[in-house]
Amino acid sequence: MVLDIPADRNVAPRSAVTESPLTRMVLIALALGFLLLFLVLPLLAVFVQAFAKGVDAYFAALALPDSLAAIKLTLLVAAIAVPCNLVFGVAAAWAIAKFEFKGKAFLITLVDLPFSVSPVISGLVYVLLFGSGSLLGPWLTSHGIQILFAVPGIVLATIFVTFPFIARELIPLMQDQGTADEEAALSLGATGWQTFWRVTLPNIRWGLLYGVLLCNARAMGEFGAVSVVSGHIRGLTNTMPLHVEILYNEYNFTGAFAVASLLALLALVTLIMKTLLELRYSRAGSLSTPH
Amino acid sequence: MDLSIRKVCKRFDGFNALDDVSLDIGSGELIALLGPSGSGKTTLLRLIAGLDLPSGGQIFFAGEDASRRSVQERNIGFVFQSYALFRHMTVLENVGFGLSVRRGPARVPAAEIRRRSLELLDLVQLSGLEKRYPHQLSGGQRQRVALARALAIEPSVLLLDEPFGALDAKVRRELRSWLRDLHDRTGHTTVFVTHDQEEALELADRVVVMSQGRIEQVGTPDEIYDRPVSPFVFSFIGESSSLPVRVEDGQVWFEDRPIGIPAGEVANGAATLYFRPHDVELLHGCGGCLAGTVVSSRRVAGARRIDLSMGAGDVIAEIEVPADHPSLAKGRIAFRPTRWRIFPARADAAPTTGSASSGAALPRLALTGS
Repeated sequence: MVLDIPADRNVAPRSAVTESPLTRMVLIALALGFLLLFLVLPLLAVFVQAFAKGVDAYFAALALPDSLAAIKLTLLVAAIAVPCNLVFGVAAAWAIAKFEFKGKAFLITLVDLPFSVSPVISGLVYVLLFGSGSLLGPWLTSHGIQILFAVPGIVLATIFVTFPFIARELIPLMQDQGTADEEAALSLGATGWQTFWRVTLPNIRWGLLYGVLLCNARAMGEFGAVSVVSGHIRGLTNTMPLHVEILYNEYNFTGAFAVASLLALLALVTLIMKTLLELRYSRAGSLSTPH
Repeated sequence: MDLSIRKVCKRFDGFNALDDVSLDIGSGELIALLGPSGSGKTTLLRLIAGLDLPSGGQIFFAGEDASRRSVQERNIGFVFQSYALFRHMTVLENVGFGLSVRRGPARVPAAEIRRRSLELLDLVQLSGLEKRYPHQLSGGQRQRVALARALAIEPSVLLLDEPFGALDAKVRRELRSWLRDLHDRTGHTTVFVTHDQEEALELADRVVVMSQGRIEQVGTPDEIYDRPVSPFVFSFIGESSSLPVRVEDGQVWFEDRPIGIPAGEVANGAATLYFRPHDVELLHGCGGCLAGTVVSSRRVAGARRIDLSMGAGDVIAEIEVPADHPSLAKGRIAFRPTRWRIFPARADAAPTTGSASSGAALPRLALTGS
């Protein structure tokens, strides 16, 4: 290949920031090889393993009551956690982007906290907070409220871990958009509520959808924090990622990879939608900044 | 509707953005708030709108104290510098927004909103563009949509923040006369903010010159240009040259000689002489006049501007001479201002601070000689 390069390449005009064709090829090959080895192959392996014993075995594994329960629980947790974080995220982003107040930097740090803490620690926090040895534990037990090793605990841990996704997505967007649109709406007589629904929300819709997508993917895929608070009760407190682990430890590879393939599918769908949204988002973004 | 601003202050984090500002605006007037950036003009506009609340003082709308009213209750039309059009709404929806948010007894039927929005679009000459989105419009068109949107709620006062700031020069001139025309037809009390003196002088009934959070002068464009009351206004409006002079016994001295200008009522002592470059007469040698060595010259349209090095110091004065003036070659030009102002040095030492001296102890003005 080196021979293909024209002999006069030293005099051929080349941008100062462009590498030689050889360097470019090596770099591209490295990147592609790495991607293939570490991302595409494992993904393929999941599906190959899941279908290793045929399509029938695949669907049979998914139809097992415990698997169905895990899928249902995962959907339920995401259905609670994502709307909660939607509300909290918009509220936090609104407060941070549109108002000046003391402790703003601290609030931004707090929003980021779940990103910087290991998910296992996040789960452990809830064990310490609601466990039988904690302050709240005995009171909860005496009132018959079960948080740990039950759905509420899983939901709480998931909300904690996935909190930053929506807020993080919205803060820069809302800061960039400023407050002129809102002020215009107010000066035209709109109430705060009308301003939010008719001006603010439409302005952030693509960013919001993007945040929801990422939040949902993480809520369904979360392992560490949920693992600590769930108690791994089959058919009751096992989410899909936990169920995969149990099945795998029991050498039930078809079952484990069948459930895992659903999660992988979710990841793929998220990726595709994310790409579509980014296209839409950047186009809307470029159109919406006329100045 | 008339507006009255009484001793209004606005502080931001210990910084006085507005300091004891009072101003009366008559019904139907077109007022320009003119000043350099940081002079507080936009702050004043936002206080009138109710987008910010004053730290002190009151604002009266038609005699009623509106200082504590919310922006919605004030019924103002505000046109933002960036227009702040709602990007996800069509032009028609933008214009109709103010009517569509009305609830209860004030509710406006959809057909009526549409009719009035179309009417306003016709008024701002944008008929046929109602289905477009803001990003499909030019800057001048966006500006007019913003104006139509503000007019749709039949505001008691129209407030515009740098209305032509983001437009190119040609569009700006067109919109300027168009806005004047629109104002004369609709008769709204209008206040606009600008840093462009040409815009202010050409468009406004009265101009409010602001500097460092205070009002320096309020007056008609003629008054502002011909009779500036402070060194700041003189140097901010139009072009000006200034020279450090001395007043002695009714005569104005520059360095070691009188320059043939009566000092009027300015007290003895150091002072500053202000004049416009074009308000000078050229002389052929003189006993009582100003003279300087030509430092540089440039052609400005039909005339020539010359920088003169005056006297012993490195003081530079700019004057205007006919384009074919022969004295360029001679290197030395004698002249005398035909219209001028003299301000005592005390006020001039801090011409833009707007301290009490520029208000109460304002220098009496020497008037023109010719």
